[in-house]
Amino acid sequence: MNELHIEGLTKSYGAGEPVLRGLALTVRAGALAAVLGPSGCGKTTLLRIVAGFLHADAGTVRLGDRTLVGPGVHLPPERRRIGIVPQEGALFPHLNVARNVAFGLTGTDRAERRRRTEEMLDLVGLAGHGDRMPHELSGGQQQRVALARALAPRPQLVLLDEPFNALDSALRTGVRSDVRAALRATGATAVLVTHDQQEALSTADLVAVVRDGRVAQCDTPQNLYRRPADPWIADFVGDAVLLRGTVDDDGTAVTALGAVPLADPPAGLRAGTVLLRPEQLHLTDVDSVGTVRGTVTDVSYYGHDAMVTVTVEGHDTPVGIRVAGPLTVRPGEKTGIRVVGEGGLHGDDGSPRG
Amino acid sequence: MPTSPSSARPTGTLAAAPVGREPQHGPDSGRRRGRRLAGRFGTAGRRPPLILLVPACAAALFALLPLGYLAVRALQRGPAFAWDVVADTRTLDLLGRSLGLTAVVVTACLLLGVSLAWLTVRTRLPGGRAWSVLATLPLAVPSYVAAFAWLSAEPGLAGFGGAALALTLVSFPYVYLPAAAALRGIDPAQEEAARSLGHGPLGTFLRVTLPQLRPAAAGGALLVALYVLSDFGAVSLMRYDTFTRAIHTSYRASFDRTPAAALSVVLVAMTIALVAAEARTRGRAGHARTGTGTARPVVPVALGRWRPFALLWCGTVTAVAVAFPLGTLGYWLAVGSSATWDLGGLAQTAWATFGVAAAGAGLTTFLALPVGVIAARHRGRGAGLLEQAAYAGHALPGITVALALVFFAVRYAYPLYQQLPLLVGAYAVLFLPVAVAATRAAVLQAPPVLEDVARSLGRRPWQVLREVTVPLAAPGVAAGAALTFVVCMKELPATLLLRPTGMDTLATRLWTETGAGSFAAAAPYAAALILLAAVPSYLLGRHRT
Repeated sequence: MNELHIEGLTKSYGAGEPVLRGLALTVRAGALAAVLGPSGCGKTTLLRIVAGFLHADAGTVRLGDRTLVGPGVHLPPERRRIGIVPQEGALFPHLNVARNVAFGLTGTDRAERRRRTEEMLDLVGLAGHGDRMPHELSGGQQQRVALARALAPRPQLVLLDEPFNALDSALRTGVRSDVRAALRATGATAVLVTHDQQEALSTADLVAVVRDGRVAQCDTPQNLYRRPADPWIADFVGDAVLLRGTVDDDGTAVTALGAVPLADPPAGLRAGTVLLRPEQLHLTDVDSVGTVRGTVTDVSYYGHDAMVTVTVEGHDTPVGIRVAGPLTVRPGEKTGIRVVGEGGLHGDDGSPRG
Repeated sequence: MPTSPSSARPTGTLAAAPVGREPQHGPDSGRRRGRRLAGRFGTAGRRPPLILLVPACAAALFALLPLGYLAVRALQRGPAFAWDVVADTRTLDLLGRSLGLTAVVVTACLLLGVSLAWLTVRTRLPGGRAWSVLATLPLAVPSYVAAFAWLSAEPGLAGFGGAALALTLVSFPYVYLPAAAALRGIDPAQEEAARSLGHGPLGTFLRVTLPQLRPAAAGGALLVALYVLSDFGAVSLMRYDTFTRAIHTSYRASFDRTPAAALSVVLVAMTIALVAAEARTRGRAGHARTGTGTARPVVPVALGRWRPFALLWCGTVTAVAVAFPLGTLGYWLAVGSSATWDLGGLAQTAWATFGVAAAGAGLTTFLALPVGVIAARHRGRGAGLLEQAAYAGHALPGITVALALVFFAVRYAYPLYQQLPLLVGAYAVLFLPVAVAATRAAVLQAPPVLEDVARSLGRRPWQVLREVTVPLAAPGVAAGAALTFVVCMKELPATLLLRPTGMDTLATRLWTETGAGSFAAAAPYAAALILLAAVPSYLLGRHRT
């Protein structure tokens, strides 16, 4: 019912380079999609066009069975039934919490408005806070009220613009999961814009990586991390180890880290870049049989794990290895490296696997 | 486990990796973030809605009316005649006198303003805070009140010296305020660096501090110049002929008003040139300021044995600029008997002043509202032109606006001639800049993202204006209205020309009585003026804190 369907969206500011170049994206009803991209990739422009604050040059935006943007069509924002949750909440400072939440509830009677307001505040865990003024709330509470305000008029779509950016990292995880729960409870389709790959992977059902005004890949968080479409995406969504490799007849790649089994080796591709994640590399004894040797250059310890940087002969840049257990190596020491699991192979032109 | 927040990127990755390399927001980055927020959801660039555009255009046209009509009128008898008036030796004489007075007053104001700013901001002067309040107080004294005070104490001051003295003492805060702000903004690390590189305190001041102070001081100096050129009260009471006084005399003396119009055009050309220059220095000053971030507080200079001299200097300036006018006023109030005080007349005049100033402030604020909202929320050539047009009054001396409206009313709207609406209209043209600036600042305080949120929650543009923009901007707009009320009440030259026959304001009565030498009779009007102006000023001060 509330499926968001975007096609061929194009936008440029003045005579400058286009910001969106025929962007296409479909978010199924009730899903939470993250639009992930570096600054300047066009994700904010996309959000503003969907919300109705910007006019697109070309393309269509459909929500359910309604066309919001199309040739000759530009529905004004107030008629789109799209809720927005801006950065830092942006609550109306002159209205108390209850009146903020009730702001979008027009055309209903007072009792119904009050009931809906209380329901929404309850949903975001702020029941009884209706009389507070926005400045009396913490940052996380303001963000929850902003969500309640956006959800109150039962929008078909909710747009969240880096809503957790302003929060302390300690607070962020809690607010994030509460927001997700509230969105699930209402069944609204939601699009979260962010430049933080962790936020995208941990919050969304679906992640669309935007690059140069197009969706470079749109997939589940797990697929995106494990099977990125190209090395750039691999590196953007997480730490990556990228190695030159040639394909053997048995479907393994020969790399500086030895033979790496390939996941679905693409037909006909004989050489390319092999992608591994740092947690796929394990440290072993230097003398183990069949192991590749390297020299530890740096160790960064994080508590729950550590990143060990190792230089390997035949590979010009050091590789990162994530170590979960207790640390046994120090910079300057020799170590062995073993690869666990399969790698992904990418063509040299950056073309997607297989 | 996916990546953790703290995990470093191993060096074996591709170079392009903006994740986690975005500028980290420190605790003090609220302002920057706010601006970014504004950029993301701001309405900037969108065409203003008609509900704003139509009244804003009307206000802008209204503000430009005097300027346009002045040009038409000055050329009415042909460019040759206008040129004859302009090129007349008398005009050149006036030009010399006006510029001479301006130069002297500006120089004196720079000396007073910069020295006081440095002493109050950068040194361990006892009572620094109190001095900085005292140094801004002269702004509340109208030039003709200062002239009244000096003339009544020493009638022999009339002429160039008296005019320069009175004008300097009321306008040096225009230099003091920006200079003090600039001194507060200079990062002390720069001066410390200069000291560590071998420059003494004086060398550091001359080579590091002063150059950074220059844009602020220059901006202030140009404001002073504008003030002097458009002043009518002080120069006319001091009987020193400048453009404004000559225009007034010429208008009063003859039925042919073309000479007055031609002189006005010359005066307006001068003031417009000054405003343009001021705008340019202001623009550059903005760029010259670097990284105002979180500079350490300045370590004040110990004055040592210079302390008594510094105190004497500050004390003298504030004594002659603030204490002296008040003292003189008190003296004349005490000397005057109830016979010289026409209490009924005073009350009537005060009431009339209150009414006309309130009407002026009301109309001005009403006209300023759409222009201010557009100026704050929309970019583009059209919005820029609208704002510029509304600021025309900034460059127009009161007497020229009055003349233009007289001409216009006589020709096209005779029923309005010498009627209250014309006077209120003149106030609106003159003080539209005050109200527009206040409205614009007030609207800018409200993040535009709030308006976008309101739109997404089902409000049409005019509803957003009514429910979000205006309520949020209301305190600032009200403050602007109070300020406009005060300046309307103090206005003299336009009021003299445009007031309905038989009506007096406190300012015009004060001017008439002083001009006739009846200082004791003038004093109550000055006192009432200061009292009436003090109320909104006091409220404004409370609003700010």
